[in-house]
Amino acid sequence: MAYIVAMMIYITYLAFKNKQIGLTATTVTIVGFVAQTIAIISRWKEFADLSGLGFMRSAPFTNLYESLLFFVWCLILGYLIVEFKFRNRSFGAFITPIAGLALAFIDLSGVSKEIQPLVPALKSNWLLAHVTMSFIAYAAFAISFGTGLMSLIMTTEKRNELSYIFWTITVGLFVVLLASMGIDLFTFKVKVRPEIFIHNYLFRTSFLHPAAAVRLISWGLAIATLFAVWRYGSVLKKAIARLDVTSDMLEEITYKSIAVGFPIFTLGGLIFGAIWADQAWGVYWSWDPKETWSLITWFVYAFYLHGRFIRGWRGKNVAIVSVIGFMAVIFTYLGVNLLLSGLHAYGSQ
Amino acid sequence: MNIDEEQKKKKTVVDTLWDILASVKLAIIIFAFIALTSIIGTVLEQRADPAKNILVLSRLFGESSAPTLYSFFDSLGFMDMYRSWWFKAVLVLFSVNIVICSFDRLPRIWKLVKEPLHPMPADKLGKLLINRQIVIKGKPDAVRSGVTEALKTARFRFTEVQEERGYQFYAQKGNYSRLGVYLTHFSILFILIGAMLGMQFGFKGYLNLPEGALSNSAVSNTDKEIPLGFDIRCDTFDVEFYGGSDMPKEYKSWLTVFKDGREVMRKSIVVNDPLTYEGITFYQSSYGMVPGAAQRGIAVLNAVSRTGKTAALNLRLGDTFQIPDSAVTGKILDFSPALKLDEHGHAVTYANMMNNPALLVEFTEGGTRLFSGWLLRRNPETWQLPNGDRVEFVDYWGVEYTGLQVRKDPGVWVVYLGCITMSIGLFIAFFMSHRRIWVKLSEENNTTRVLIGATTNKNKAAFERTLDRVVSVLSKKQEGVK
Repeated sequence: MAYIVAMMIYITYLAFKNKQIGLTATTVTIVGFVAQTIAIISRWKEFADLSGLGFMRSAPFTNLYESLLFFVWCLILGYLIVEFKFRNRSFGAFITPIAGLALAFIDLSGVSKEIQPLVPALKSNWLLAHVTMSFIAYAAFAISFGTGLMSLIMTTEKRNELSYIFWTITVGLFVVLLASMGIDLFTFKVKVRPEIFIHNYLFRTSFLHPAAAVRLISWGLAIATLFAVWRYGSVLKKAIARLDVTSDMLEEITYKSIAVGFPIFTLGGLIFGAIWADQAWGVYWSWDPKETWSLITWFVYAFYLHGRFIRGWRGKNVAIVSVIGFMAVIFTYLGVNLLLSGLHAYGSQ
Repeated sequence: MNIDEEQKKKKTVVDTLWDILASVKLAIIIFAFIALTSIIGTVLEQRADPAKNILVLSRLFGESSAPTLYSFFDSLGFMDMYRSWWFKAVLVLFSVNIVICSFDRLPRIWKLVKEPLHPMPADKLGKLLINRQIVIKGKPDAVRSGVTEALKTARFRFTEVQEERGYQFYAQKGNYSRLGVYLTHFSILFILIGAMLGMQFGFKGYLNLPEGALSNSAVSNTDKEIPLGFDIRCDTFDVEFYGGSDMPKEYKSWLTVFKDGREVMRKSIVVNDPLTYEGITFYQSSYGMVPGAAQRGIAVLNAVSRTGKTAALNLRLGDTFQIPDSAVTGKILDFSPALKLDEHGHAVTYANMMNNPALLVEFTEGGTRLFSGWLLRRNPETWQLPNGDRVEFVDYWGVEYTGLQVRKDPGVWVVYLGCITMSIGLFIAFFMSHRRIWVKLSEENNTTRVLIGATTNKNKAAFERTLDRVVSVLSKKQEGVK
């Protein structure tokens, strides 16, 4: 929970630009990181004792709760590396909120926190390699998303520019979705499995409210939010321009984190996943939604890497692609399990 | 003359086509196309019952438009899109793009890789990507050894030439790293070729094999019979559960392979650990009850007397048996695949899978009924009889089948080769760079000007840090001389 404190301090740092505050923020982050590392290891040990499978086969990344925690861990590690490499704390205000949101999601939703025994398919040496590498890559992609979005905000000038419209809609949708989900959570105060939440509660206080008036107001508010972000996006731009970052630096971090994330994702996510599937199910590739979405993610980042070689594309256009790439990552990780499975569930609704 | 012009015109058409096929633009169009169509492919379940996808479409777009949309997507092949002609065509175009783009660029890159370095004049050197310079006291001859010492920190193997007023060192490394991109590109071809080989010469199927049964064929996914060329038998199958729960821990089948009537292989398989014989692999994938066999299984028991004498028994429902060294006989009256006691202490069957098989046995001695009760396979405490004898319930055999995935894929090794190539290629492409460096020492009024010029195709910042280290070592040496 130190991360949430760190997030606030980073934002304060942004506002006041005081060196002491910045140092405190970094210290709090590191303390949180160390504490989480210990927590993960002890859970790992507990799991190993319980399952009797040996240490290497009992990595605690086997359900949504554990994997989200591990994602946060990778993200903070990646952020600390960026902070020390580029000697710049301003990114903290953008990256710790992602970690904070993930933690809030874990805490508020009814994700099961129990240590669950492994189903037979997960008993494999590939679990550790496949999952750790995928999440390291996801964290790298998350950083590129943050810096990519920042560079978009910094470099766009006109309100009718495609890239300006793109980032304002992205930020606007983000705000709208978070707000409506937050309202849902606080209204229903239920702790159920995320699949059930999505099915029964999500947007029931806003877009899917039984009363037509509330629905209408919700849509109206959502559109108003999008419009407001679009109209007053320049305020955000000025805020970022005040930071001691340049758009070149942002582009470099975006490229570098993708350059690290892409090979790791290819090897750990796609190739190890294929080998594991081959061993467990007898097919290295079966075009199931999870596999296909990882491939989609892979193609989006391949698009990013190749787009840089096209004249006039470097800069805004590839930054858009890096932002889309992380959306594909989120969908691969959460959307496939939570949304597509619901869509394919037979006979419900 | 006329023919010549004609040829020229033709050549330009070929040239344009070549340029299009070699372009990065085509590549990213293909990426976008595959990504976007694949999204549709994940929303619409592939090769599914039409009703399922009509339901999905009606949830997304409303009931009225769903059937029209369904027939629209169906006519475009989206219900089995990864096998559709247009998806295959895009993959072919993708391969052509990779090959042509490589042919287009490789000669130039190859020249860069192979090209030896030459000493560089000072004015050109100053215009290179990275530049450093430092002036050191002493003539070039005197400082030479110090400079080479400092250059060692940059880890290059330098070539040295004597020049008019000093020396020049130059070196390059990682020139082959320029080929990493092509390695990655060709690995995609390997993977596609491997996938094609698998589709052409392999098969995917399944086989539900009851305990004790022998089969010489599998069933393909299109319900055709595939001869295996050998026989495979399921000796026994078992599910292990976590503690007292009904959460499965492991499915295990004991299989035996016979070739021409002789036993050639025996292996127990679990999920993640298949059996392979003659290129055909059997994967543990599911299990179930053989229909109608539940009451016809064989109970494998060990009757153990008070005195410790054991008799191994194979019995059917209704059979009687004797506890060794005594007059006690048991009769198997009933069987349940999954028995538990409810809150009133009544025995109830709670599942029709073999979660906890149980036998109802009645014991008599000399015609008088002693006691009767359920023996539960997962509860050894139920095996103990009130009179001190024990009946161990080992297995209830012959009622379950093991569900095996059967696959033959001769292309899988080509795919793996492609995967390995891709990993190596990506590593080289992203983490290695072609670095070239020239260092010129020239005399200037009893001092030596050290001019460093360098280029790299990637990660300029890291190379600059290396060179900064060299310069700082040199300036420290300078202070030492003072």
